[in-house]
Amino acid sequence: MDNRVTPPNSLVSVRNLSFSRGSTKIFDNISLDFERGKITAIMGPSGTGKTTLLKLIGGQLFPDQGTISVDGENVHQLRRAELYNLRKRLGMLFQSGALLTDMNVYDNVAFPLREHTHLPESMIRTLVLMKLQAVGLRGARNLMPNELSGGMARRIALARAIALDPMIILYDEPFTGQDPISMGILVHLIKSLNSTLGLTSIIVSHDVHDTSAIADYIYVLSGGKIVGQGTPQEIQQSDSEWVQQFMTGAADGPVHFHYPAKDYVDDLLSSGKRY
Amino acid sequence: MTDFLQYLGQSTRISFAKLGRASYFLLEILAGVLSLFARPRLLLKQLYSVGVLSFLIITISGLFVGMVLSLQGYYTLSDFGAEESLGVMVAASLVRELGPVVSGLLFAGRAGSALTAEIGLMKATEQLSGMEMMAVDPIRRIITPRFVAGLISMPLLAALFSAVGIIGGQLVGCGLLSVDEGAFWSQMQAGIDFKDDIINGVIKSLVFGFVSSWIALFEGYDAIPTSEGVSRATTRTVVNSAFSILGLDFILTALMFGEH
Repeated sequence: MDNRVTPPNSLVSVRNLSFSRGSTKIFDNISLDFERGKITAIMGPSGTGKTTLLKLIGGQLFPDQGTISVDGENVHQLRRAELYNLRKRLGMLFQSGALLTDMNVYDNVAFPLREHTHLPESMIRTLVLMKLQAVGLRGARNLMPNELSGGMARRIALARAIALDPMIILYDEPFTGQDPISMGILVHLIKSLNSTLGLTSIIVSHDVHDTSAIADYIYVLSGGKIVGQGTPQEIQQSDSEWVQQFMTGAADGPVHFHYPAKDYVDDLLSSGKRY
Repeated sequence: MTDFLQYLGQSTRISFAKLGRASYFLLEILAGVLSLFARPRLLLKQLYSVGVLSFLIITISGLFVGMVLSLQGYYTLSDFGAEESLGVMVAASLVRELGPVVSGLLFAGRAGSALTAEIGLMKATEQLSGMEMMAVDPIRRIITPRFVAGLISMPLLAALFSAVGIIGGQLVGCGLLSVDEGAFWSQMQAGIDFKDDIINGVIKSLVFGFVSSWIALFEGYDAIPTSEGVSRATTRTVVNSAFSILGLDFILTALMFGEH
């Protein structure tokens, strides 16, 4: 049982969280803290439930056990209206961007403003152009989502995520499938937005190199447990074999190259009947 | 035997669970209807894509159904020397049955399948989830306007279908065949009752619009968010809507016209 004291600076704190899908345990009694103003990364191989953790923080999924509190509020005990109020202060960047495909870039960024504020259209225009300027895509405002490259779509989604000036941004695999230039732009954006807007960022990623370049603190997850945590330097020097394998990308180690299977020779010589 | 029982139990359980989800979904849709009045633009856009874009298929089908009715009716009626009743026969068939039912089936095929595919793809591309995270309720913002648009469009489309069908019937009956035009219209006027025929037809089309919009939107919302899942959901929309429309039509007809 992890009953450690919540650090005073913790904006999001996860306590004794367990979550399973069917019979698979995704999280097994884990506790994490995300400090105010910092960039915290959650790393681990694909399929360790990193995205699930973001959905739990955003209140889209319910934990089997444990609590998650954001800015002092227990996410899963909030009433619907309170949860929606909390979400206005949370920005989430989906891996796919999740832009609304029936409106152009401008309207996508204006969407949360139009839904949640009663600002006049001239004010919305100013805000939208400012957010687009921040991600360097003010000139792309008339394009439709299907005309954007993957990297551009993610930047537009980022502009939309900061439209309501949230206190926290959750990034779901922001670097996956990006070319080196888009990657560089995104790394720079995440870092600079965090410092200029005074945000708290939570990044879920399996990209070791770029994530450790900008993260202040890293949690490494595997098999539903935290297998390593610390600053990027501490993680690099971790004496855990598992963390070392993950950070260096070795093909075999504590995480085996082979998916569990029966003996190779037996398998080749068996009749091949499906079972 | 045990396998069979297990299978039966499991599929019953799954069906009931789905029915439960669908009912809850409907309640959530209805809860958002009032707030829709504050934003009529959302509704207008959907009225266009659900209703206006179905105009062509409804008009053309209505015209042909009316023409065929007139042809077939004429041959049967003329055996009894009752071809003057062609007008009332065509109008009653259309207003009571074919208008609501056929336009309901066409609506499910044209607008319902489009709704399911649209919502299913929005789910697959995380647009619905993204909206939730932006503190925007996707049911209110996306689903309710489409539902209300379906509910409003369906009676209008059914009325259009019947009107065009009657014109088609008149063209064939009085133009191609030799029914007297005066008799065609006056018998129709005398034989069709506003409450019994027209209002009942409108009620039917409202019910069909309600059910097929509900099915289409729920199947999209409940779809497995993959290309295969969305394609299956679209198929289920068309099949389930057709069954529901035909089944409900029988029940409604029995209730409305059973005592005559």
